[in-house]
Amino acid sequence: MIVLEKRPQPSKAWSYATPLVAVLATMVFGGLLFAILGKNPVEAIGTIFWEPLFGEFAFYYRPQLLVKGAPLVLIAIGLSLGFRAGIWNIGAEGQYIMGAIFGAGAGLAFYPLDAFYIFPIMVIAGAFGGWLWAMIPAFLKVRFGTNEILVSLMLVYVAEQMLASVSLGLLKNPEGFGFPGSRNLQSYDSAHNAELIAGSGMHWGVVTALIAVIFSYVLLNRHMLGFHIRLTGEAPRAAKFAGVNPARLILFCLGLSGALAGLAGMFEVSGPSGVVSIDFNVGYGFTAIIVAFLGRLHPVGILLAGGLMALTYIGGEIAQSQLGLPAAAIQVFQGMLLFFLLAFDLLTNYRIRAARSEVA
Amino acid sequence: MTTPLLSLQGLTKAYPGVVANDQVSFDIGEGEVHALLGENGAGKSTLVKMIYGLVKPDSGTMLLRGQPFAPAEPRAARADGIAMVFQHFSLFDALNVAENIALGMENPPKMSDLATRIREVSETYGLPLDPYRTVGDLSAGERQRVEIIRCLLQDPKLLIMDEPTSVLTPQEVEILFETLNKLRAEGTSILYISHKLEEIRTLCDHATILRLGKNVGECVPAETSARDMAEMMVGSTLQTPERSGRDFGEVALDVSGLSVPSPSEFGTALRNVHMTVRKGEVLGIGGVAGNGQDELLGVLSGEITTAADAIKFNGQPIGLLGPTTRRKLGVLTAPEERLGHAAAPDMSLTENALLTGSVREGLENNGFLKWAETKSFAEKIISAFDVRTPGPENAARSLSGGNLQKFVIGREVLQNPDVLVVNQPTWGVDAAAAASIRQAILDLAAKGTAVVCISQDLDELMEISDSFAALNEGRLSAPRPTTGLTVDEIGLMMGGAHGMEVAHV
Repeated sequence: MIVLEKRPQPSKAWSYATPLVAVLATMVFGGLLFAILGKNPVEAIGTIFWEPLFGEFAFYYRPQLLVKGAPLVLIAIGLSLGFRAGIWNIGAEGQYIMGAIFGAGAGLAFYPLDAFYIFPIMVIAGAFGGWLWAMIPAFLKVRFGTNEILVSLMLVYVAEQMLASVSLGLLKNPEGFGFPGSRNLQSYDSAHNAELIAGSGMHWGVVTALIAVIFSYVLLNRHMLGFHIRLTGEAPRAAKFAGVNPARLILFCLGLSGALAGLAGMFEVSGPSGVVSIDFNVGYGFTAIIVAFLGRLHPVGILLAGGLMALTYIGGEIAQSQLGLPAAAIQVFQGMLLFFLLAFDLLTNYRIRAARSEVA
Repeated sequence: MTTPLLSLQGLTKAYPGVVANDQVSFDIGEGEVHALLGENGAGKSTLVKMIYGLVKPDSGTMLLRGQPFAPAEPRAARADGIAMVFQHFSLFDALNVAENIALGMENPPKMSDLATRIREVSETYGLPLDPYRTVGDLSAGERQRVEIIRCLLQDPKLLIMDEPTSVLTPQEVEILFETLNKLRAEGTSILYISHKLEEIRTLCDHATILRLGKNVGECVPAETSARDMAEMMVGSTLQTPERSGRDFGEVALDVSGLSVPSPSEFGTALRNVHMTVRKGEVLGIGGVAGNGQDELLGVLSGEITTAADAIKFNGQPIGLLGPTTRRKLGVLTAPEERLGHAAAPDMSLTENALLTGSVREGLENNGFLKWAETKSFAEKIISAFDVRTPGPENAARSLSGGNLQKFVIGREVLQNPDVLVVNQPTWGVDAAAAASIRQAILDLAAKGTAVVCISQDLDELMEISDSFAALNEGRLSAPRPTTGLTVDEIGLMMGGAHGMEVAHV
């Protein structure tokens, strides 16, 4: 019989090794899945992980990695702070949408004025939109003790309705021949989140994501507030004893994660996407939850996990088009990654021991 | 010689890194009250868990009335007539007595039959108890009765009691002893675990003393002095903390008319608490667990805020201030629950040093943490209080209970508080370490700190405190000077027998 034995303290080695082991296990079992679907597993795995980075068309896919990875990292960093403190913002997708609506709305309000201050205003408006949307679950939790998981999640669907509404009404392109969707911000220079170096994929959202990583690292490791966040997650009673005000922490964590998700939405709508449309959101807010955990809620880990996740997205698309893998198989593949991560995570705190079976 | 009821031969049980029991052998005779004596961590609990079938011995044998006895699980042990009353009760507050007892039975009879049985047993053994009362409303002594009756319904041959008096007032202890004496007279054997020597001297026929997992001696308690037994337990001569006659300064902590509603459903509300502590004075607060100790500590630490004027520090109202501000002023506290309240289990000792030390030790600069200074503060605690750990980077949960307790107390003592409030400062700590913690508290008082020591260990309170008060259902008795207090008076301050009646049989 196999028994789990609690380690006296968490194993450092395993906490670094689990993401790698999880990726390897995903490759093995994902390969098995692809084999059952009648595809060559080595080729499929190779396409997903190799093609985007070093394949023939890597010059096109590499910038895409930044474009896809940046919003994931930006959102996941915000979420990780709350998750560390045991505050579960599941509604980043909604905050992302609201950030995009507010950001694009602010920019379009100036159309067709050409001024340097328009883009900074849009950044602030986007962050504000996300913050405002996250403040709803935060306020309800602090004031009435509601569950932030449910409230923030439900607000995603409200935000999607708002998105549909503004795409068809308030922000609809007057010169769009009646099609839903706003003016394309890519063709409005003052509001365009353009690539900083042409062809690199590097836009302001990527820069902000990197700043957020550094900010979060300093906060968690060098600042009292970060210490209080970690303390609250580890031992809420001890945090109260240390003088942490739980309500203030909830407002801070939800507010910050909302603002960062809003920023991600704003950078997306003003850059790679360009238009506010009904199908604007593609699930970054939910995938970022996986990214946050895959990165072990650690800023640097999240940076790497965001890159890995973007890789499986892009690689998955290539595998779909080149090998004819069904989209669902790719999603299962991504789900496996989180599953194995959580499963192997157990080894950080427990060790597996073979035990003589004892008579029950 | 007659066959003993239970004979233990060479029982050994090892856990990774520690041998909990090493070749322990002794006999328990029929109708004998046998004491198992030892410090925390001496291996008493492991030993009784083996008898009760919770733990399997690595080697050694047990004989029950001459027959080999190896219970695989508690159910098997119960079937063979072994019953156990645990130190921590496993009762559901929201259910009544009979329902609680029925939950622990294999085939519970009809509720009305069970209630009749409970009444019969409780009256026979002098433990009056109404089967239909809700457990949440019972005192600790009455809850213990529920556990005892639950055991007696099985008609046990051997009753194991783990530290049964730690939650009782002196009067309640007396009632319990009458019951145990009656059981003995009827031929039931009792294995009585305790570290309270005077109790063992009054009650027990034989004592086996464990130290570091080994049987280090046996004695007849009535013929052995408490001091001799203590030295057998510890293995060296005991040092009693010294206190010099002290002059008290002005009032440092003034609590008046403090009432706080209970923070949880089965918690205790504080009702109109008054107390003053002068500089250099140690106020001991006794009382059975669950009478408002946690709430009192919470309200003094600032975790629970209250009316500003209810708590004054050097004349300044502090009732509305949170923990950080109070620490800045000089009011420090050490809660009872070490893991999860006083310390974060998975965080390192350095981080735990920061937990309360940041303000007074200057471990932060505009919110930015000074890790180097924090680490040296942690190291200072470790060396000054002899905390056994490889280093400050180890997680708090890797420390043994006693070592973590030394760390938690040391962390507050080294910050030179003006007022120090401690709850159960030596709970689970071995005798030598307990003596050094008490000495540290007394030294602090000698330097002019006003100390409030909340404890359930009356001997400890008598040893270190200048005045004594007791918490009973959230009310604090008027503090009285410790010198000259008798055990009876203390018992009455603690609420006497909590309204428990004695059935004379």
